[in-house]
Amino acid sequence: MKRVQFSHPLMPYMLLLPQLSIVGVFFLWPAAEAIRVSFYLEDPFGFGSTFVGLDNFKDVISASEYSRTAWFTLIFSSAVTFFSLSIALLLAVKADKVIKGASIHRTLLMWVYAIAPPVAGLLGVMLFDQHIGPLNDLAHALGWNMQIGVNYFDTAFAMTVIAVWKQIPINFIFFLSGLQSVPKSVQEAAAVDCRSSLRRFWTVTFPLLAPTSFFLLIINITYALFDTFGIIDLVLKGEPGNNPVTLVYKVFLDGFRGNDLGGSSAQSVILMMLVFALTVVQFRMIERRVHYS
Amino acid sequence: MKHTQFWDHTILTFGALIMLVPVVYALMTSSHDAVSIYKDGLQLSPGGHFVDTYKQVLTEAGGFTRSVTGLTMLWNSLILGLGFAFGKIIISMLAAYAIVYFRFPFGTFFFWIIFSTLLLPLEVRILPSYEIVQGLGMANTYSGLIIPLIASATGTFYFRQFFKTVPDELVEAARIDGAGPVKFFIDILVPLSRTMIAAIFLIMFVFGWNQYLWPTLITTDESLFTLVRGMKQILQVWIGAQIPDTNQAMALAVLAMLPPVLIVVIFQSWFVKGLVESEK
Repeated sequence: MKRVQFSHPLMPYMLLLPQLSIVGVFFLWPAAEAIRVSFYLEDPFGFGSTFVGLDNFKDVISASEYSRTAWFTLIFSSAVTFFSLSIALLLAVKADKVIKGASIHRTLLMWVYAIAPPVAGLLGVMLFDQHIGPLNDLAHALGWNMQIGVNYFDTAFAMTVIAVWKQIPINFIFFLSGLQSVPKSVQEAAAVDCRSSLRRFWTVTFPLLAPTSFFLLIINITYALFDTFGIIDLVLKGEPGNNPVTLVYKVFLDGFRGNDLGGSSAQSVILMMLVFALTVVQFRMIERRVHYS
Repeated sequence: MKHTQFWDHTILTFGALIMLVPVVYALMTSSHDAVSIYKDGLQLSPGGHFVDTYKQVLTEAGGFTRSVTGLTMLWNSLILGLGFAFGKIIISMLAAYAIVYFRFPFGTFFFWIIFSTLLLPLEVRILPSYEIVQGLGMANTYSGLIIPLIASATGTFYFRQFFKTVPDELVEAARIDGAGPVKFFIDILVPLSRTMIAAIFLIMFVFGWNQYLWPTLITTDESLFTLVRGMKQILQVWIGAQIPDTNQAMALAVLAMLPPVLIVVIFQSWFVKGLVESEK
């Protein structure tokens, strides 16, 4: 907060009014509505609704399909997070080292950040296509009869590859800026003490990158959970069938295709709690880091 | 030393190629004709139908979406990007100004209400959001497309951080000179924030342009489709066709990514700074 502030009886409220009204109508109201509906059973023909307590939650959690989706989401998120973080870290470490052509490398590795997930999804579908896709040809050459959209594992594989590809640039940007903020003096001192550059990386540089890595971990989990919607929607081409979907995609399917309002809302509430937990962890991390510096 | 530098460059070049090649495929394939792509697969070298393909997807209503041309979709994307960026900047600057520069009852409470929007992404409340916006008669309108997306507080957060770095002496000086809050805002704070506004504008434009889920729900009328929103329809028509117009699908994908990619490449340092700053 500022030391010097204005005081005016009405003005601050007027300044806040546009944002508050949008937040109220398009954020708080829907969020409250999701929580309310999750306790009700909506009549499919629109004849009112009955309060059913936690039944929707019980139904959701006990459904075998839900646990299957939850498992897939867990594995998918872990894979996307792990691969996009480690590939980006490798590239950032290399980009931090080279001097010649550093800015060209940086540009070439970060620009994909601008591509929307569904556009990446469309490119992926074409590249993995059984008839015209070069990646499919490559898989065939390696003896893998890849069938995206038919085979559960192959579909999951394609989704993961596309999601990782799309996420590498943002991780790269953060890792590179983290690496560049490691003081030169620290690096030089380490270089005097230890000859092996690999060991120097794991014992000196990597711990210094820890705050960035923690932050990115949360960002990547959030990305894998939510922002991959466009990729999944394109890979599945709107026909999920027996293919893998994430929890967020299931909220969408059950709510808009299945017309199961209560169930979809209960799933929304479960996701809200998940996001809330992630945010609390994130704030803890940030606070801890403030104490460091 | 020479040896390790070689490997560094090799790894970086390999990484850059992995990023680049899918898009090169899209661009090159869009310059071939449908039949040859059907026969030979996706292309990595330029063909002779570049102008034809783009003319067709931009001006002809047939092909993919049957009732809407690529130009209309491009226009809708532009409206979404611009509307979102302008709306967000105006609203969040005003809110951040109130939060940082005024002391008033319930100030902290309102602050937390606004920032609670950072907790829950749209994805976890899609169904009720859709029903409320539809109930307000805003389905298939530009305002229904844009305004609900502005609810998140990212812009307010950026401006709050920036305003906090503006020296207190400026407010003191303004007050000594008898300038009120309106005059201070317009004559001092807005000019000071010019670079910040421009950076946030571009970040928000790209963000708005790339929206998918919300446009998918709220626009069912094809004349309101954005390019990114249209991706699934483009793909569905592509699957359904005898000899799919892969060149046209790729051309629309190229159009959908071109403006954001250009902006990000040209204003790279702003983006990097904007992204990294948001972490703090």
